[in-house]
Amino acid sequence: MILDIHLLRTEHKTKEQHWQTIPFDTALAGADADGATVATALTRINALASEGGEGLSDTNGEAVKAVAWECSCLQKRCGACAMVIDGRPRLACDAKLSEFEKKGRVTVEPLKKFPVVEDLVVDRSVLQENLKHLRVWRQGDDHTVPPSGTPYVYEGSRCLQCGICLEVCPNFYAGGSFYGTASAVPAARVMALEKGGALPGAYRAHVYEGCGKSLACRNICPAEIDIDRLLARNAGAAVWHA
Amino acid sequence: MAGAVREVNIIGAGLSGLSAALTLARAGVHANLVSMMPSERAQSVLAEGGTNAVLDTMGDGDTVDDHVADTMRGGCFLADEEAVRELCEEAPRIIRELEEAGVPFHRNKDGTIAARYFGGQKKRRTLFVGAFTGKMLMSALISEVRKYEDEGLVRRFDHHAFVRLYLTDDGVSCRGVRVRDMRTKEMLTLEGPVILCSGGINGMFPGHTTGTVQNNGDVTATVFAQGVAMSNLEMIQFHPTTVPVPGKRMLVTEAARGEGGRLYVIDKHTRARFYFMEERYPEAGNLMPRDVVSRESERVRRDTAYENEIFLDMTAVPSSVWQERLKELREEMLRYLSIDPAKEPVPVTPGIHYFMGGIDVDKEHRTNLSGLYAAGECCSQYHGANRLGGNSTMGAMRGGRAAARCAMADAGKADTVPAGANTPDAVTADGTPAESFASDDTPVLSCTPTAFDYRLGDILYEGLGIVRNEEGLKRAMEQVCALEQEGAGSKEDDAFCAHRKNRILLAKAMIESALERKESRGAHYREDYPETKDACAHPIRKCGSVRGTNA
Repeated sequence: MILDIHLLRTEHKTKEQHWQTIPFDTALAGADADGATVATALTRINALASEGGEGLSDTNGEAVKAVAWECSCLQKRCGACAMVIDGRPRLACDAKLSEFEKKGRVTVEPLKKFPVVEDLVVDRSVLQENLKHLRVWRQGDDHTVPPSGTPYVYEGSRCLQCGICLEVCPNFYAGGSFYGTASAVPAARVMALEKGGALPGAYRAHVYEGCGKSLACRNICPAEIDIDRLLARNAGAAVWHA
Repeated sequence: MAGAVREVNIIGAGLSGLSAALTLARAGVHANLVSMMPSERAQSVLAEGGTNAVLDTMGDGDTVDDHVADTMRGGCFLADEEAVRELCEEAPRIIRELEEAGVPFHRNKDGTIAARYFGGQKKRRTLFVGAFTGKMLMSALISEVRKYEDEGLVRRFDHHAFVRLYLTDDGVSCRGVRVRDMRTKEMLTLEGPVILCSGGINGMFPGHTTGTVQNNGDVTATVFAQGVAMSNLEMIQFHPTTVPVPGKRMLVTEAARGEGGRLYVIDKHTRARFYFMEERYPEAGNLMPRDVVSRESERVRRDTAYENEIFLDMTAVPSSVWQERLKELREEMLRYLSIDPAKEPVPVTPGIHYFMGGIDVDKEHRTNLSGLYAAGECCSQYHGANRLGGNSTMGAMRGGRAAARCAMADAGKADTVPAGANTPDAVTADGTPAESFASDDTPVLSCTPTAFDYRLGDILYEGLGIVRNEEGLKRAMEQVCALEQEGAGSKEDDAFCAHRKNRILLAKAMIESALERKESRGAHYREDYPETKDACAHPIRKCGSVRGTNA
């Protein structure tokens, strides 16, 4: 099937943006055509755009230059390929092209809550910065996990740091004092390991108080983390038992 | 010896890179931790089944000697036994530290850390967290390192691509590394000793491996061209149980067999199941080492008495085990194949999963260049001709620590030539000295493979498969040379030229290694030389350059 990919491109130096429509024939994915995803399409487009490739043309007849994007695991485990697909933030390796077959087109844009670097690459460093400000690490020496803590330590360890939860959060913006679920989940891990320390107070200030409880993050998380359960437990640890 | 060295540069922020950074930071030494993307994107997060250490919590009477013996035997006696012993001795200490860092290891009822059965090991020493061990280890280490980032001891360069090593003019010492900031596209030089933790060369076989796209092989290809010696390049592990998903092979953890999964094919006439591993290997059955299982899978698939598909039957695994130990595996099978492995068998095929060979290092993880170290999958240590499941994660963590200790210790000494390192005469196939193909113009290419990468990868995949022979290897070499000729004299930019030349140099060295090993050992199986020969029980080393240069 031929799918029109409407891609929002951003030039690296000037940050000028323009839309490019690329007619993509899923047969180009070869053996992968059946389960092909947006990640498959981007991988193919780039192989064709590279030296020695035949090169695709967009609907204006212009050559499609390689698309800047981030990709690592191709199996929903690393968070690299987060982007907005048909208006919904998702991992590109999880968005099957067949979903868009009926419409015949799909819109692909970078996440909007983070500064764009080039095409689909955004600067998500605020995620790491916020975790440092929040001091998400163990203070003490020995945190052999008690059996009761294991489910929370496990769940709190699963965050991909993809930023998709923050994309849909009505309260988060990069640089603001509310750090959102992407900080809350790793914080849950540490707070299940130790009581006290600097983290509960910082969590209250930067997560608990700013969270509007919209829970938009809950079902959008590609790792399907049990977010509301963690938020509830964190609240207890940070507010009642601190 | 903190104080003798100010700063160490680490390329790669997975298990080995983070372990190196932690070791340095705890000794008060600054570490620059360089990676293309944050640690959460590292291949280590994909590790599933577990990590090996002798804790002897299962009543099996496990000992370090047993771990060493299993690792040496699994590696077909190609590994350095002293290095393996140091790995197995340090492993339990590493587990204690991870436990204290809050890794939620699965526990026995008495509270001790539980271990599961894994391939090639009769005693249980594979410690695990469900089928998600890699991610759990990484989350703990990322958090530990974060504290040192705050203290200023670890500096993250987490959107930076390795471009090349910064060598002395005579090419025998490493003074630092040149990296490119992927956001600004600007180059910077980081001076000081370098520890390469850049992972396996998946990018030499794009689409054919279980690993990440991020491990594109650029670091290994570039440093090889700059004069860093490699070994065991022919030793490529095919994991027997993988399933195809778009763009790669997806791993079905060995733990599936550890918890009772059984491999079979269907007899064409009787329609009965033939449990080929259990029939051929009554003792260890489905848990023979991976090279054996992959080879047997290949053999039975080519056997016209059986249907062409291999199945992994996990339907007899108890539901409590699914819930507590294999949950993530079941979810992945449902999501990608729409098969519930608890209810039906899963079709599997072997896929490239690990590179035992790579940068040649001694037991302290020194390379042949002073000031340069390598750890994790990018180096050639511990695993010999075949890696045991669970030894990769432990090898990476131990290797990172050892490399860091060594970098600190070496910095105090003047101009040490690494012990045991030799710089073999380096010539290309036609007898002329190789050139170094690494300049600042070497580009950071798109994160996904180029058309050239796919073409080279398909040639290598064909020639360096599970079953190899002289004809196939020579054909692969001819095709690589033809690919090299295609680009010669064309007008593409220098940057792409260097990228292509580096990969061709590495590809040739891989094929040459396979041609030179005229025997079968571990993952390297030659149907024209099916016997293992005692005289060949040593690694094949390759060097791409007479002297590395800063060209």
